[in-house]
Amino acid sequence: MSAVLEPNAGAPAVARSPGVWDAAWLRLKDDPVGMGALAVVLAFLTLILASVLGFAAADWEREKGVPYAYPFFAGDRENVEAQAMQGIAIGKDRRPIDISDVDPLAPKYREWAERAAKLSLIDPPRLATLPAGGDRWGRDVLAKAIKGTQISVLVGVFAALVATLIGTLLGAFSGYFGRRLGDLLEWVYNVFTAVPTILLIFAFAAVFGRGIGTVILILGLTGWTGTYRLVRAEYIKHASREYVRAAHAIGASHASRIFVHILPNVSHVVLVQLSLLVVAFIKAEVILSFLGLGVPIEMVSWGTMLGEAQNELITGKWWQLAAATAFMAMFVTAFSLLTDALRDALDPRLR
Amino acid sequence: MASYLVRRIWQMLPTLGGVILLVFFLFKFFGGDPAEVLAGQVADKQQIEAIRSQLGLDQPWWVQLGVFLKQVFSFDFGQSWMTREPVSSIFVSRLPATLTVMVPIIVLEVFLAIPIAMYVAYVRGSLADRAIVAACVVAMSISFLVYIIFGQYVFGFLLGWFPVQGWSDHFLTNLFRYAPLPVMLAVFVSLAPQTRLYRTFFLDEINHDYVRTARAKGLAEPVVMMKHVLRNAMIPILTNVAVQLPSIFVGSFLIEVFFSIPGLGREVFLAVNRSDYPVIQAVTVYLAVLTMLINLGADLLYKLVDPRVELR
Repeated sequence: MSAVLEPNAGAPAVARSPGVWDAAWLRLKDDPVGMGALAVVLAFLTLILASVLGFAAADWEREKGVPYAYPFFAGDRENVEAQAMQGIAIGKDRRPIDISDVDPLAPKYREWAERAAKLSLIDPPRLATLPAGGDRWGRDVLAKAIKGTQISVLVGVFAALVATLIGTLLGAFSGYFGRRLGDLLEWVYNVFTAVPTILLIFAFAAVFGRGIGTVILILGLTGWTGTYRLVRAEYIKHASREYVRAAHAIGASHASRIFVHILPNVSHVVLVQLSLLVVAFIKAEVILSFLGLGVPIEMVSWGTMLGEAQNELITGKWWQLAAATAFMAMFVTAFSLLTDALRDALDPRLR
Repeated sequence: MASYLVRRIWQMLPTLGGVILLVFFLFKFFGGDPAEVLAGQVADKQQIEAIRSQLGLDQPWWVQLGVFLKQVFSFDFGQSWMTREPVSSIFVSRLPATLTVMVPIIVLEVFLAIPIAMYVAYVRGSLADRAIVAACVVAMSISFLVYIIFGQYVFGFLLGWFPVQGWSDHFLTNLFRYAPLPVMLAVFVSLAPQTRLYRTFFLDEINHDYVRTARAKGLAEPVVMMKHVLRNAMIPILTNVAVQLPSIFVGSFLIEVFFSIPGLGREVFLAVNRSDYPVIQAVTVYLAVLTMLINLGADLLYKLVDPRVELR
C-alpha cells in the first residue's frame, strides 16, 4: 500500500492466475481420497522401481522353502507335500524289483551311477515356513507377488501408452483435418468397433503368438478406439476456435497447431483416458496370462499366479491366491480412485 | 422408416468390407504359414507344398481374397483344420449352450442393477450411497478370475450346492442344474460396474427441472422415481445394454472355459490355442455383422422408448 517500487519488480505485479495443471493440483490436494490413492500408487511405483533395479524380489526364482511352505503364522502344521519330497529323496536309490535281465538299459546303470557320483549336488537347507508361504517349488510367494506386480503393472502401463498414443494421434488428425482423412479414419474406427473387443484380442493373439511384447502390442492395437473417439470430438471443437485461427494467422503450421496449440488444451482428456486404460489393461493382462496367451511361463505375473492358485486351492493352499488378489486389489483400487480424483480435478465441469 | 432402414444397411457395407479386409490381411501377412500349422512337426517339403496348393496358398493374394469373400457370402468356411468339423455346424451346435448361460446373466444383471442404482441415486450423498459406491470400486478391482476360482471352490467343492462343472444334452437340466453357479458368479461380478454406471444415469435425471415440477405438484416419491425418472434414465441404460448385447454370443468365454460349457466362447479360445484359423475368421466376421445389426435394432428401439428421437 505504498507508491514505493519494490527493488526488483520489473513488471507490474499482477496476481498470476494458476494454470490448468496448477489449478488441478490444488483441487486434487483438497481431495483426501485422491491424495490417499496417490500415496498408495506412489508406494507401489517405488516397489516396482526397486524390483526393476533388483533391490526387491530379485531372487524370486530361488527355491528357499519346502514345497508349499506355510506362512509363518500357520507354520506348525503337517506339510504332506514337503514330507513326500523328502521321502523321494531318501528312497531314490532303492530299486524295488530286479528286472535287469529284461531291462535293455541294465548295463548302463553302473556307468550312470559312477557319473552321478562325480556330480555333487548342494541342496541348501530349506525353510519350513516363509513370510507369505511358498509355492509348489518352495519359492517365496511374497517375492513372487512383488515380481508379478512389476510385470502386470508395467504391461498395463506400456499397453495403455501404446493405445493412447495411437488413439490420440489418429483422433487428432481425424478431428483436425476432417474431410477425406477424417472419413477414412472414421471407417477404420467403425471396423475396429464392429468386432467385439475380446474377439479382436483373440484374433490378434492367434496371429502374433505369445510373449510380453506381444501382449502389449495386442492390447495397444485393440484398445485405442475409446481414446480416438474422445480426442477426435475435442479436436473438432477446438479446430475452429479463435486461438487456433489466430495461430493460423501468424503462420503456425498444421503440425504446430495440432501439437503445440491444441494438444495442451485436450491433454486432460488424454490423461484420464490413459489411466482408465491402465486399469482395464491390467485386468486384461491378468486374464490373458491366466489363459496362457499372455506373459511366458518363465515369468511371473498376477495372472500366472492365479493360474497356479486355482489347483492349489483344492488342497487347501490358499496363500498364493490371497497374495496375488491382495496386491492386485490394492493397486487397482488405489489407481481407480486416483483416476476418479484426477478426472474431478482436471475437469470440474463434469461434477 | 423404410428409407432409413435401407440407408443404414447400405452404410454397413463399407464397415463390413473393412472387417473382411482386416481379418484377411491380419491372418495372411502376420499369421504363421497355415500349411506348416496343418502339416505338423513331421512334414517334409512335398507334403507342405501339397497342402499349400490344396488350400490355394500358391495363388496370388487377390485370388485368395476372392476365395475368402466367397466363403463369407456363401456362409461356407469349410471345415475346422483340427477337428474336421464344418465351421457352420460349430456355430449351430455351440450357440445354444452360450445363450443358455448368457441370456439369464444379462436379464438378471439389468433387473438387479436398476433398482439398486435407483435406490443409491435416490439417497445420494448418504452413508449408504457412499458405502455401496466404495464397495463397488473394491469389488471391481478384484479380478474376475478370483471370483470364479473362489466361487467354484466354495459353492461347488466345499458346500456342494452346485456341480463344480459339467453340461448335459437337455436344456432344462442345463438351465437349472449346471447354469446357476456360473450365472450367479457372472451376475455378481458385473453388478458392481453396472450399478455404478446406472447410478450416474439416474443422478443425471434426478436433478432435472421436470423432477422438481413433479414433486411440486404433489406426486408421491415412488411415482416420481418409477414413472418420471426411470423412463428417462432408461434411454442411456438401453444404449448400454445394446452395446453389451453382441458380446453375449461369444459369451463370457472365461465362464465357459472354467465350467467346461461347450459354448462359442470356449470354442474360439480353443481355436486360438490350436491355430485353427477358419473358426476364428468365421466367428470374427459374422459377429461383426451381428454387432452392426444389433446396433441398428437398438436405434430403432430408441424411437419406441423416446418419441422425441428423430431417425435420420
